[in-house]
Amino acid sequence: MSETKVEGQQHPLAMYFWVWGLLFVLSTLSYLVDYLQFQGYLRWTLILIFMFLKAGFIVAVFMHLYYERLAMACAILIPTGALMVLISLMSFEAGYTNETREVYLDGGPGLMIMEESTK
Amino acid sequence: MANEAVVEDTRRSIAMVEGLEGVVADWSSDQRAFKRVVWGKAMMWIFLLSDTFIFTCFLTSYMTVRMSTTVPWPNPSEVFALTLFGEHIPLLLIAIMTFILISSSGTMAMAVKFGYEKNREMTTFLLVVTALFGASFVGMQAFEWTKLIIDEGVRPWGNPMGAAQFGASFFMITAFHGTHVTIGVIFLLIMARKVWKGYLEDRKPGFFTSRRGGYEVIEIMGLYWHFVDLVWVFIFALFYLW
Repeated sequence: MSETKVEGQQHPLAMYFWVWGLLFVLSTLSYLVDYLQFQGYLRWTLILIFMFLKAGFIVAVFMHLYYERLAMACAILIPTGALMVLISLMSFEAGYTNETREVYLDGGPGLMIMEESTK
Repeated sequence: MANEAVVEDTRRSIAMVEGLEGVVADWSSDQRAFKRVVWGKAMMWIFLLSDTFIFTCFLTSYMTVRMSTTVPWPNPSEVFALTLFGEHIPLLLIAIMTFILISSSGTMAMAVKFGYEKNREMTTFLLVVTALFGASFVGMQAFEWTKLIIDEGVRPWGNPMGAAQFGASFFMITAFHGTHVTIGVIFLLIMARKVWKGYLEDRKPGFFTSRRGGYEVIEIMGLYWHFVDLVWVFIFALFYLW
């Protein structure tokens, strides 16, 4: 019977060193994005790519989620993925708030139109 | 044939009972969703999931205030720059903090491995190293806060560099993360002592050590520590680099 087997993750040491090194490289790359002053969409894309790669390696290898049963990975990753709904809703909301502020605050075009119409 | 009998037997044992009796039956019917993990590990994952939601709330509200303000956001690259040997290096301290936390994750992962191998010396050593990395991270954060509050005049309600929401977002997010690191350091040290003393083998009564098996608690504690590193990856990218 395999009942006596310890329920834990055992992997070769080399794997951890590889991922460790990889995380160092990815962190250096994301730091370079700032150091070399990349701007605009290039900057944001690179930041997000390096961020998700680092997060993926930490979760998959250091936290062993890749080696767990799929049922477990689903229980963790699906609710996390659902957070994208919150993030996108709030980004629409923030965009709208910004727009109204641009139009109506500090002498924006909206104010002038309002003043015109009340004359 | 024997297999079928077992399946049939299992079916009968988890038959649906209604009412209060059903509640008891459901909770005690020996069903197990998360296989090949001890319950403590599954529960740590559930806790980390809830923590993910909290950190996402903070980071999402940061996104909301940053996107919606019409006042320019202070440039983090400049705000967190350090002048070292007469040279102006952007984000230097934050980069060092990032590398320190990643290294602590590496030593933690190896502590888990040596724990399962029942190598007490190496496990204790690696846990202490992880704790030291964590403590130095918190120390640098304290330095960063001091510099920001005293030299740069950043307050939760305003700052001289730009949008007032900068301070509120910064203090809220980094304080919550720093608290996690601090709690992690304390637990790492407690655990290191337990491993060193051999409590996990003796099943000594106390925090985490009274159960059979023992060394999976290192992996569970490791999950928490890696999560702290994981959150920093997101803070580093979204707050400091964006």
